[in-house]
Amino acid sequence: MKRFGWAIALAAVWLAPAAAQTPPSSPTAAATPAAAQPNVAPPAGFAQNANTPDTATASPAQEPVAAALPTVAPTPGIGQPDGRMGLQDQVTPIGREAASFHDYWLLPLCAIICAIVLVLLVIALIRFRRGVHPVPSRNSHNTTIEVIWTLVPVLILVAIAIPSIRLLRHQYDPPPADLTVKVTGHQWYWSYDYPANGVSFDSYMLKEKNDPTRQANQRYRTDVDGPPLLAVDQRVVIPEGKVVKFIVTADDVIHSFAVPAFWIKQDANPGQLHEAWVKVDRPGVYFGQCSELCGARHAFMPIAVEVVPPAEFAQWVASKGGHMPGATPAAQPAAAGAAPATPALATSTTH
Amino acid sequence: MSTTADALHLQPHEAHGAEHHEDHKPSFFVRWFMSTNHKDIGTLYLIFAIFAGVLGGAISGIMRWELMEPGIQVLNRAWPIGAGTANFDEWTHHWNVLITAHALIMIFFTIMPAMMGGFGNWFVPLMIGAPDMAFPRMNNISFWLLVPSFLLLLGSTMVPGGTGLGAGTGWTLYAPLSTAGSAGPAVDMVIFSMHLAGASSILGAINFITTIFNMRAPGMTLHKMPLFVWSVLVTAFLLLLALPVLAGAITMLLTDRNFGTSFFDASGGGNVVLYQHLFWFFGHPEVYIMVLPGFGMISQVVSTFSRKPVFGYLGMAYAMVAIGVIGFVVWAHHMFTTGMSVDEKMYFTAATMIIAVPTGVKIFSWIATMWGGSVTFETPMLFAIGFIFLFTVGGVTGVVLANGGVDTYMQDTYYVVAHFHYVLSLGAIFSLFAGFYYWFPKMSGKMYNEFLGKVHFFLMFIGVNIIFFPMHFLGLDGMPRRIPDYTPAFAHWNYIATVGYMITVVGVAVFFINLFWSFAAGKKAPGNPWGEGATTLEWTLSSPPPFHQFSTLPRID
Repeated sequence: MKRFGWAIALAAVWLAPAAAQTPPSSPTAAATPAAAQPNVAPPAGFAQNANTPDTATASPAQEPVAAALPTVAPTPGIGQPDGRMGLQDQVTPIGREAASFHDYWLLPLCAIICAIVLVLLVIALIRFRRGVHPVPSRNSHNTTIEVIWTLVPVLILVAIAIPSIRLLRHQYDPPPADLTVKVTGHQWYWSYDYPANGVSFDSYMLKEKNDPTRQANQRYRTDVDGPPLLAVDQRVVIPEGKVVKFIVTADDVIHSFAVPAFWIKQDANPGQLHEAWVKVDRPGVYFGQCSELCGARHAFMPIAVEVVPPAEFAQWVASKGGHMPGATPAAQPAAAGAAPATPALATSTTH
Repeated sequence: MSTTADALHLQPHEAHGAEHHEDHKPSFFVRWFMSTNHKDIGTLYLIFAIFAGVLGGAISGIMRWELMEPGIQVLNRAWPIGAGTANFDEWTHHWNVLITAHALIMIFFTIMPAMMGGFGNWFVPLMIGAPDMAFPRMNNISFWLLVPSFLLLLGSTMVPGGTGLGAGTGWTLYAPLSTAGSAGPAVDMVIFSMHLAGASSILGAINFITTIFNMRAPGMTLHKMPLFVWSVLVTAFLLLLALPVLAGAITMLLTDRNFGTSFFDASGGGNVVLYQHLFWFFGHPEVYIMVLPGFGMISQVVSTFSRKPVFGYLGMAYAMVAIGVIGFVVWAHHMFTTGMSVDEKMYFTAATMIIAVPTGVKIFSWIATMWGGSVTFETPMLFAIGFIFLFTVGGVTGVVLANGGVDTYMQDTYYVVAHFHYVLSLGAIFSLFAGFYYWFPKMSGKMYNEFLGKVHFFLMFIGVNIIFFPMHFLGLDGMPRRIPDYTPAFAHWNYIATVGYMITVVGVAVFFINLFWSFAAGKKAPGNPWGEGATTLEWTLSSPPPFHQFSTLPRID
């Protein structure tokens, strides 16, 4: 019910301006036009503070170019939690396969098994309570029924295992990558490198306006950035419909790079490179959180992925001083210095 | 042959007045601090576990209070554990100390001491017709090792552990957060605490195995042993095989921290995932260590109050053996997101799901035990029925999590928290309460108050379900574990969970009221208060049993 509520609220708030300016750019965006809405005016303080160094955390890499583009507003109920009683909406092929496996196979089976156990239990307790059944039977063996309740669960498990193994095969069989992004977990922020594009930056959680630990010149969160504790100062931007490979590592303790709407979660192990891949077919903003205990501010290093149409992605790369592969390199080769991994190297995992 | 020898050996004791000799108790200090009596040591273990359980439960209260609303509103106060300061990082470090302490206290100082040390010590010798445990002095040191172990854990919260006071690594102590990530002595103290607790459990396990194999009364073959004894036997083997691996892993942590080794440090050629493999090779059998004795107790309770022998006894016994064996080959399902190869994931997915088969056999056999019985609903039976259903719920979410591809989403979310609290908080703890009410008349010689017991059960059943069922929703919606603050979308179900905690606390308060009432005003318990269904040997003795029992060994047909 809550989901429908969100959809209605969404339509009311966003439909008019979005329809006037941008047609939905993919079929799935039709129900939520706001996702493709690139023209939301940045709030006051956004542009001038976008590059203010995070003095509290002393980010080492500062971008010379304004990072204010593009500013896609997140869609409530998509790519972020909304208090529902089920999985987040999935926007990748793997995510949809896994979610339907969970929603239409595992969950009903769980419910049925629990219901059977409950019904048997209740029948046993009602029919054989002392009041109506004062003389207990001495029956304590029945080979047939014991074989049945051993074999039937085996069959159920086989019926679960087949789609489960298929899902694993699909997860581990990525198409060739169109873009590689190296993700590095730090205490307590993420940094992203686009080795083929010469783009590198750090991504910190945005603090609330009234947060006493926020420096006076530090940008604070607004609703355009996303929900509290999930919004970041610089989102990692990837193109819609392309296969993107995240090479995940860490440089201090173990973190975990997770975006629920993409059905990915990959631990960031120091000294190891592991990969997670996505092919997102819906523009929008998707949030995740560090998912391995990494110290004091483990709860405060969110992940925000912005998915944009490929043309906008190229604009974004240019705005970050990078270049598209094949194009003439832009004037910032130094920006790529922090990203030693080439796509060829990065394709190998440690196993 | 040994039977004859035992009988001859016991002859002189019988000569000068059995009753007088049996109740000759030592002085208070010698009895409780230098005890070699399995029942007294069991009592010490139970008192210790109740004390630790209250502390662990209070810590979860602080956590639920903090999580009741978004924002930090509790951690920023002054607390006895981890001093409150104005430093945000120390508040959040304090959170990590709380989750670490809650888990370690509940696992190592509540459930394990209560199940093995408490009920195992009390009832394994009684149920197999033995006068005591095989190594009574070793039994004593098993208990007394736990005390310094617990003090080390509590003390660790008062010394620096990196960002603040105490060890904020989680109970899993993952490197490198527990090595390079936590300067200061707190984590070293936790490691030593685990060493001592592990040594205590290994000694206890050796004692149980020896006792069960060598001290059964004449005629008490392995296939006639009560299922609780079977469960303790299987658990003792799990302890014996799993804990040395933990000891090795945390010793490697210790040398990484203090002596310049780099087992788990990539910059020295180590591997951070190696620690997780070693830890979970212990950690997964550990979860069965916590729940198998509970299975045994539930079998005794269900059989007693259904007035019927356990259905499929051999299947029940060997299902526990199977769970124990398979439990050793599924550990990496705790590590599905660490970057495993697809083959590893497929293997651990399949192996993990197989555990559902023997577990299903147990669930169905308990129901079949009730089927055709003459069931009454005393408090232990209520807890057993609650256990069976809720363990099923925790079991099916376990099957969901067993799927490596699905676990990508669930790993480290509240779905996992919901799952393991359903099998532990609602499984192990419910079975402990079932066992406690079942055997309280035998241990104390007093009957508990049936009405208060039922109130306790219903409050607790409702409370824990309100705590933990919404956590499935939080996990499906993506809320990570081990976070002190969350985005407002998670507020609704977190608030409800905290309300459930309050109900549970009232239930536990009723338990303690019942406990004190029973000691003060409880009716005197007969030797067998449960009637025809209670067929195991402990019910042939008086309540409480004599200080030394079975000086003439019983003979089992």
